[in-house]
Amino acid sequence: MDINITEVRLMNIKWDEFFVTGDPLILGAQISIVLAIVGIVGGLTYFKKWKWLWKEWLTTVDHKRIGIMYIISAVLMFFRGGMDGLLMKAQTSRPELNFLDAQHYNEIFTTHGVIMILFMAMPMLIGLMNIIIPLQIGARDVAYPQLNALSFWLFFSGAMLFNISFVIGGSPDAGWTSYFPLAGKEFSPGIGNNYYAIALQISGIGTLMTGINFIVTILKMRTKGMTLLRMPMFTWTTFITSILIVAAFPIFTVALGLMMMDRLYGTHFFTLSGGGLDMLWANLFWLWGHPEVYIVILPAFGIYSEVIATFSRKRLYGYNSMILSIVGIAFLSMLVWVHHFYTMGSGPAVNSVFSITTMLIAVPTGIKVFNWLFTMRKGKIRMTTAMMWSLAFIPNFLIGGVTGVMLAMAAADYQYHNTLFLVAHFHYTLIPGVVFAVFAALYYWWPKVFGFRLNEKIGRWHFWLFVIGFNMTFMPMFFLGLDGAVRRSYTYSAETGFAPLFLVSAIGAVIMASGFVALCYNMYWSIRYAKRENEADPWNGRTLEWATASPVPFYNFAKLPEVKSLDAFWHMKKHNEGLELHEDEIEEIHMPSNSGLPVYMGIVFFIAGFFLVFEWHVLALIAGLGVLLGLALRSFDYDEGYHVTKEEVKQIESSWRTVKGGRN
Amino acid sequence: MSAQVNTAHSHISDPGKSKLPLEYQTLQGQMNILGFWIFLGAEIVLFATLFGVFGVLGTRYAGGPQPSDIYMIKEVLIQTVLLLTSSFTCGLAITSMRQGSLKGLIGWMVVTLLLGAGFLVMEINEFAHYVHEGATMQTSAYLSSLFVLLGTHGLHVTLGIGWAILVIIQLLQRGLTPQTATKTFIIGLYWHFLDVIWIFIFTFVYLKGLVVG
Repeated sequence: MDINITEVRLMNIKWDEFFVTGDPLILGAQISIVLAIVGIVGGLTYFKKWKWLWKEWLTTVDHKRIGIMYIISAVLMFFRGGMDGLLMKAQTSRPELNFLDAQHYNEIFTTHGVIMILFMAMPMLIGLMNIIIPLQIGARDVAYPQLNALSFWLFFSGAMLFNISFVIGGSPDAGWTSYFPLAGKEFSPGIGNNYYAIALQISGIGTLMTGINFIVTILKMRTKGMTLLRMPMFTWTTFITSILIVAAFPIFTVALGLMMMDRLYGTHFFTLSGGGLDMLWANLFWLWGHPEVYIVILPAFGIYSEVIATFSRKRLYGYNSMILSIVGIAFLSMLVWVHHFYTMGSGPAVNSVFSITTMLIAVPTGIKVFNWLFTMRKGKIRMTTAMMWSLAFIPNFLIGGVTGVMLAMAAADYQYHNTLFLVAHFHYTLIPGVVFAVFAALYYWWPKVFGFRLNEKIGRWHFWLFVIGFNMTFMPMFFLGLDGAVRRSYTYSAETGFAPLFLVSAIGAVIMASGFVALCYNMYWSIRYAKRENEADPWNGRTLEWATASPVPFYNFAKLPEVKSLDAFWHMKKHNEGLELHEDEIEEIHMPSNSGLPVYMGIVFFIAGFFLVFEWHVLALIAGLGVLLGLALRSFDYDEGYHVTKEEVKQIESSWRTVKGGRN
Repeated sequence: MSAQVNTAHSHISDPGKSKLPLEYQTLQGQMNILGFWIFLGAEIVLFATLFGVFGVLGTRYAGGPQPSDIYMIKEVLIQTVLLLTSSFTCGLAITSMRQGSLKGLIGWMVVTLLLGAGFLVMEINEFAHYVHEGATMQTSAYLSSLFVLLGTHGLHVTLGIGWAILVIIQLLQRGLTPQTATKTFIIGLYWHFLDVIWIFIFTFVYLKGLVVG
């Protein structure tokens, strides 16, 4: 890959270096991107689907559709991030391979990390929150439906901007942490790291808005009787995660802003010259970055709580202690950031404090694990695919947790730091913690969203391939790390003796990837062939999302449910309360109108961001005015939404249950 | 964050009979105000981070100018008075709104914005003076963090003025309704917030700079 993409000044770009050239892999990617775009545009035109796409999807403010768009994007990003992972594994499968050169390897581990955390895990979970939270609290939408659409489009525009980097201009190459001074202009003169600073900024704004949206939704839009201590655990974890987002993301906003100032405008925040302080970046990054890993793990804990309770046919054990634990984890997550750089000279006193706070996190996490185990005790366990993912989570995550405590000990960390031991550790937390949860959630909530289940038999293939592949990939890396194999190194010599374990790891990665292929095939198969059951409550669920039709009507509930206890829907079924719908209970329903503004904002943010990446300041300024225009248009938008008539509600409800005549 | 479409109940109760102030009468109004408070919480984290950065880098002069070389304390004091007064007049604007006086509301809002604009002009002059003295953003870590902290606040004031003008136009078009009242109340919160941030800037940047630097 050509890394001399320097000297890109104001309107002074060298066009021959605009597109990244000289690498057959990149050329292949460029060609396939062009083909894919032609295919999509051609297909939409041929089937006359443009209007449908615009009206039903792009301009939608329906939380369920926004959720689906988040999840589709996240699956695509999973593919991209997974390809990066496979390329790395191919490169290290044998000693001294030259499949990728050092620069290309740097770029790939950078984009792999950023994409998997910020453009796969985050949108996957935010997508699930979008679909499920309003249903679980008995609401008809989120507090700010249009802002919700804006959040999605800002995420999407940031993700696209980040993804084009490898074909236009060059990818960021300083690691997902982008430590200074390496990420500064002095040592990374290309524009690759501009992409990092700007694309993440754009999607970060969207995430912040999501956090605010869900806090207000959960505080103000709960249905009658849904007190805070009757909320399902997924709602609780979403609530705490949203608070963490609001508390942590502005730090990242500032850090990225300062990075951009350093790189684009020559300031001295993190530089080695002019009084700058490179360690300031590391501190700011992890002040956001550590809470960030809990931002992705807490909703995943919520998913496991729902799935395990449902398939054990029992109320979640230790509900209150679960809430205390997530609050405790969230609080501690803000106090551990230094453990990411024990070796960078903080001194024994500081290291000890952070060592202790880090180990403390194991306590509330341990409580949660025991609660899940006790939920299953004497339960009527059903081994559905969703439940299997939840069961696999516990031992695998435990390995991640125990090695985490090993790493938390500052003195010992001097041995593990910067080795593959660490890489194995955080993959053992994030993959069982987040990815397994997302898979469980897909199998669990799929019928709610689409009206049919994913195939359980293909689900088994997906499960076993992925879990075995995962362990084969990352278990050897613990031992490689202990033997001294460093992370982010593109190759090693045969004399190290690392070769056999690296090969096992590479084979494991292929097996894991085939698990992902099985998931994609499962979706394809189920969409084409699965029986359309349209069962409202296929799993004998406990929470309110199962109280309405599958697929969920756009207004969610014809009559807002009234909650009498925890596991509201279970209570309704046990006491046969509130399950029926009488004609005189149907009211007109007020719904928000669609809007093209969020899409517009996504596009102008993308364009402004793109110009800024290339440091074309005049053009960026003009595009920035487009952002202000969008805000002004929004200010003058007094659209009051529309009303769904009683007749329409009655008709839709009659399609899945009997609407009884008036009771008077 | 402007008014949003109601998705739940439009009105908590009949607005005519309600004792609640206009801006709190719809559920959407209540949610927008709460959401904005949470947004201000995020803004506090943002400024706290910038103050933290200034705290760390604020004495790293790299051989360049120091606070006592460049600060113009008299001008800064006038800026402070302008902004604090604008916060007071903004309070008067909201009081007028509570009394149902559209005229008073718009009048005090205009005074607020004029004071804000005066503050902004002086801040731009201050920046020009610094650059003239050879103290640019690129000179040292101290100046980088100074310019970015002040600049972020100044940018907030600028956006606030533009935003308030849009709200005033809507007040002229529509009068006082639950929607416009909510918007006005929210920009009031925003304006007071900027004032609070300025008090911290005045204390920890200028006063401390003159005592320590």
